[in-house]
Amino acid sequence: MTCLEAFEAYALRSLGIGERLLPSADITLCQQLVLIGSGLIWNVYFGILALSFGFLFAVALAVGKNTPARLIRKPAEWFIFVFRGSPLFIQFFMAYELFVMLPRVGIEFTFLGVEFAAETRWLSRAWLGALIVLFLNTSAYTAEIFYGALRAIPRGDLEAADAYGLSGWKKFRRISFPTMLRLGWPGYTNEAIFLFHATALVFFSSFPAFQQRGDALYYANYFADRTFNPFVPYPIVAVYFVILTLVIIWLFGWINRRLNRHLPADRRPRLRIRPQIIR
Amino acid sequence: MFAFCTDPSTLDTLRWFSCYLTNGAHMLFYQSFLVVFALLAVTAPVSLAFGFAAAAASRSHILPVAWLGKLYTAMVRGVPDIVFFLFFVLVLDQAIEYLRHQIVCPDWTDPIRQGANFLVCPEARTPAGNAPQWVHKTYGFALAVITYAIVFGAFCGNVLYGAMQAVPRAQLETAEAYGMSRRQVFWRVLVPQMWVYALPGLSNIWMILIKATPLLFLLGIQDIVYWARELGGSRTAVYQYPHPDWRFWYFLALLVFYLCFTRVSEIVLARLTTRLSRGQATAAGEALRKAGA
Repeated sequence: MTCLEAFEAYALRSLGIGERLLPSADITLCQQLVLIGSGLIWNVYFGILALSFGFLFAVALAVGKNTPARLIRKPAEWFIFVFRGSPLFIQFFMAYELFVMLPRVGIEFTFLGVEFAAETRWLSRAWLGALIVLFLNTSAYTAEIFYGALRAIPRGDLEAADAYGLSGWKKFRRISFPTMLRLGWPGYTNEAIFLFHATALVFFSSFPAFQQRGDALYYANYFADRTFNPFVPYPIVAVYFVILTLVIIWLFGWINRRLNRHLPADRRPRLRIRPQIIR
Repeated sequence: MFAFCTDPSTLDTLRWFSCYLTNGAHMLFYQSFLVVFALLAVTAPVSLAFGFAAAAASRSHILPVAWLGKLYTAMVRGVPDIVFFLFFVLVLDQAIEYLRHQIVCPDWTDPIRQGANFLVCPEARTPAGNAPQWVHKTYGFALAVITYAIVFGAFCGNVLYGAMQAVPRAQLETAEAYGMSRRQVFWRVLVPQMWVYALPGLSNIWMILIKATPLLFLLGIQDIVYWARELGGSRTAVYQYPHPDWRFWYFLALLVFYLCFTRVSEIVLARLTTRLSRGQATAAGEALRKAGA
């Protein structure tokens, strides 16, 4: 099998397009490169969607944790504690078992006089179920970062806002939110890298790879089991993830420069990338 | 466990559960929590030692040694560590067998890698094919511990290197002015002072290590995740204790266990930070001094 054939057969295999059977004998380097790369589509899918939805929820959570009202603060604090204090791996398992326990057909319920019909059968599939877990998890971690940033807003800025007669939504929108984003951005960059790495766990935690459509690590593990040679597939995954990490750093660094463009050059915070960590 | 447990189907709910939760399989489940603690107890000091060696090596004046230290600590950046977990276990296993193969049967002529197979001579199999079950289990656990130590050693190396850089230059220069050798400056001034700078990073790693313990399951160890899946699966009436699919509840219990564990760690580490800040040339140390005076 030439490289071009391997590319045609397996480039979109993780989405179910192309050759149905995975390579089993005479596995070539090209096949490994292409198939593992195809699995990366899932990592990117989980990463981007969880990050974008998580961002909005995280801002709400951070503001919630920062309000004096107990009724709002306590739930936000507990949510953040539960998702940051327990392993993501266990969260995946638990969510999967919960989704499996739900009735297969769907749930119909009446809430405030409106009838809801919820489809539940997609929840036990990775593309939705795992996405929900990742979304909740990253929201909690991001909320903690943004909460720290909210607390770090210089008092003078807020006093100046008061002096200008800004209050409520306008003050948040014009002063608190941009400053929070600016201060929290380096931490948020690390969280983003961290989340993309966490996506590698999805298919190792109960969520089945439907028709062997898995992520990069799923295919790498498949090849390592088949060839009994870990020295090819795992370095390939590693290289793919390093590239992905570099892209994230570049993108977030660009946003960081935009967020800080009003500051004098020597006061702009630099992005410090810390080593990634699991959860 | 209890005398009334002989026929569980006749018992009321409370007694049924007291029997169910103390049967043989559950005892194994509880024992597997010890596996988690054992892993933490062994991994934490070993990876701290690895990290210390790596950080000291990164500061070396001999260039290749410094490169080696930096390469090791840089290794964990950018790649999910689950990749390392899956990678190292296999690599260590094969490396040990390969080395023993070279020593035990030097006149073996067949190639070791035959297509998809990794074949060493029977004497070099580790553990030996006829070894008892517990040897296999211990060997698997040891491999897992070494893998954890390698990965978390790299994390610790990063933190300790940063902490060594954070010790004020003036402290080291003063020590040099007193005529201490490089070795003496390192051991008597740098190392005692670096811990307070390292502690926030190290406590972070400890939290992460706790949360990484369920990954043992992926390395084929019968840990708490394994037993939670095993025990929670639904049991038909053929079994002594029939029940529907309870895996969710088992995982909920694990979640609560981890939450309590991290919470306790947080409290202990906060105390330790206060204790270590005493008498240090940092803002926290200064605050303690003022509060005491």
